[in-house]
Amino acid sequence: MRNIKLSLAMLLGLSLVLAACATTPAEPVGEPAEPVTVVETVQVEVPGETQIVQAPGYGEVLARVQERGKVVCAGRTDLLGFGYLDDAGNNLGFDIDLCRAVAAAVLGDPEAIEIVPVTAAERGPVIQTGEVDILSRNVTWTSSRDSQWGNFTITMFYDGQGYMVRADSGIETQADMNGSSVCVTSGTTTEKNLAADFRERGLDFEAVIFEDTASVYGAFFDGRCDVTTSDRSQLAAIRAGADNPDDYVILPMIISKEPLTPVVPHGDDQWFDIVKLVMFALINAENPAYGPITQATVDDVIASDNIKGKTVLGVEGDWGYSSLGLEPDALANAIRAVGNYGEVYNRYMGPDGIAFTLPRGLNEHWTNGGLVYAPPIK
Amino acid sequence: MSSPVSSQASERIPLWRDERVLRITAQVISAVVIIGGLIWVVLNLLEAAEQRGLSLGFDFIQDPAGFPISESVIPYDDSYPFGTAFIVGLLNTLKVAIVGVLVATVLGTLVGLARLSTNWLFSQIALIYIEIHRNVPLLVLLFIWYFAVFNKLPSAKESLEIPGPIYLNQRGLYLTWPRLSETGSKFLILFIIGIVLAIVTWIYLRNLRERLGRSTYFAGASLAVILLFTLSGLILSEWQPFWIDTPVFEGFNFSGGLRLTPEFAALLVGLVMYTAAFIAEVVRAGIQAVDRGQMEAARATGLSQFQVLGLVIIPQALRVIIPPMISQYLNLTKNSSLALAIGYADVFNVGRIMINQAGRAVPIFGMVMVTYLMMSLITSLILNIYNRRIQFETR
Repeated sequence: MRNIKLSLAMLLGLSLVLAACATTPAEPVGEPAEPVTVVETVQVEVPGETQIVQAPGYGEVLARVQERGKVVCAGRTDLLGFGYLDDAGNNLGFDIDLCRAVAAAVLGDPEAIEIVPVTAAERGPVIQTGEVDILSRNVTWTSSRDSQWGNFTITMFYDGQGYMVRADSGIETQADMNGSSVCVTSGTTTEKNLAADFRERGLDFEAVIFEDTASVYGAFFDGRCDVTTSDRSQLAAIRAGADNPDDYVILPMIISKEPLTPVVPHGDDQWFDIVKLVMFALINAENPAYGPITQATVDDVIASDNIKGKTVLGVEGDWGYSSLGLEPDALANAIRAVGNYGEVYNRYMGPDGIAFTLPRGLNEHWTNGGLVYAPPIK
Repeated sequence: MSSPVSSQASERIPLWRDERVLRITAQVISAVVIIGGLIWVVLNLLEAAEQRGLSLGFDFIQDPAGFPISESVIPYDDSYPFGTAFIVGLLNTLKVAIVGVLVATVLGTLVGLARLSTNWLFSQIALIYIEIHRNVPLLVLLFIWYFAVFNKLPSAKESLEIPGPIYLNQRGLYLTWPRLSETGSKFLILFIIGIVLAIVTWIYLRNLRERLGRSTYFAGASLAVILLFTLSGLILSEWQPFWIDTPVFEGFNFSGGLRLTPEFAALLVGLVMYTAAFIAEVVRAGIQAVDRGQMEAARATGLSQFQVLGLVIIPQALRVIIPPMISQYLNLTKNSSLALAIGYADVFNVGRIMINQAGRAVPIFGMVMVTYLMMSLITSLILNIYNRRIQFETR
């Protein structure tokens, strides 16, 4: 019995201690909490009208991003032009700039990003689970991915799959590749297109498949394969990085449509809209009718009387920022950070691009006969 | 009469101090906590999966896979369903695991014996081999074998040719290989029957020898059985049970012959070399565990060197060797999943591709886990049965 009494006494003491803890007022810890008023701001109350009720999940990502002070993007560090490390170890590229533009728009700071390098096979799960805010890593937009992975925003790069071979191999068409070994990355649309292309033509091949892009091209350059296949932009990047680029040729045929598109998680329409609008702004800014607005001319356009340009920059009317919980100058910040679409493209892949040169082709602005087109900002 | 009863009642232990009751209560509580925890984990998983739109069904198994697989022991192309692709991966894993276990056992035993050898050079070479392989991670070894060795072999056009002909180049090892001719199946069936009967003869005659205590010529008799059946098989198949499949260079690659791809070869060599180093140590420990006196006593009874090893040392060493050997075999099987890094299409590699192409991470990871679990459980079941058979019979 004494034991019981003892343990009862201990229990009582413990609960007293716990109670004391609970009643102690929580001290403010660490940094002063940012006013997280996002949830309130998204539920726009218009006096006299019915209240807009948003679906659950609406505003979650922006709230998370603002609290964290960082946009987390799944990207890559191993593909010249799109996502790679420069000599100083900075992660840059076309896909990375899209992420920086979003960070500039929602946080005012293009450097407030965290790039999570993922392999091709990890892309789906990483965005499905909402582990990252944006997936900006050469993702081809397909219907099944759209239904399973997340929301595809707008195609930022129109690509197509091609073949690269050794210049002295004598291969010119698919028929010449019969019986060859082909190096390809696993978990991609590329490997499916490759299999379908050869099967439809009744040709035989040996697939040599790696998950890691570096291994794919390492094996190709070593001679393990006669052919390698990927998006033509990627092949151009790899060829540019070869010891002697002239030893390799990218064949002219294109066997697939590869609309490369940034993806956001399912379930948050506000974040979907924000990322889309930033992309729209980059594309529209290149349109002469908007200025065009470049990194350097943002302030000139603000001072000008170009209504369209001034709307994008947030000094004329509301392009939608008040409903999305953003600052009026969000899009202006994005353009200040990375420039318009053409500037982003040319920075890496233009005639003086720091990565390599790839003619814009389908990626010309629609006013120049290309496919790059976005709904108006107004 | 009533006093003992009342004294018994007063001595009855209260429930909360009854050791049996306390024990059972503790068991029940911990069972409830563990099972409850498991249920909570599963429910949480289901809920989270539903929230994130991850589909948990297996209905995709029938859909066309759409992706190529580099090597397969059964017919496969991209129009086959996901289920077939998974089986292709599973068979590839079994292929490398079974061949790997057999070769690693032989190599490991040889190295283990070399390590014990009184020959200084043998023993030191074995020691260096073991230390290198035990202390370098397997993944590193695999990368070295694949990218630094097999990928750097001469191109297909400049293949190394070894009489046979055997061709070695960076696309693989091409062996001239006998294949069954049309009449070859008759030969094969008779040959297998011959082997089975020879084993039966061997066991029967050996037992007979033990009972009668005199030689029954079991080895010779078994050999005669095999030869008899082989000969009749050859006659039935008109002396041509096989045709010779010689690799020929065509266009880009060799065709014909038996081909080991560089991915398979690198994985097999890496796994075998790595596991053999551990097996060598297991074998050495097993042999050293047999008391020296056993050998001396066996020698003293006049047994030959072979008989000392086969009848005295090895049976006792095996008892020590088998249990750690089981875990080496399991390790080899599970380590084969590192194939992912060098592009060999094992079950984990195929599973990863399926996750990407079908977008079903949870069910596919479940399938992969169950597959490895089954393989490990079956391996340890078989070896545990064997282990029980060779243990001391204690009475």
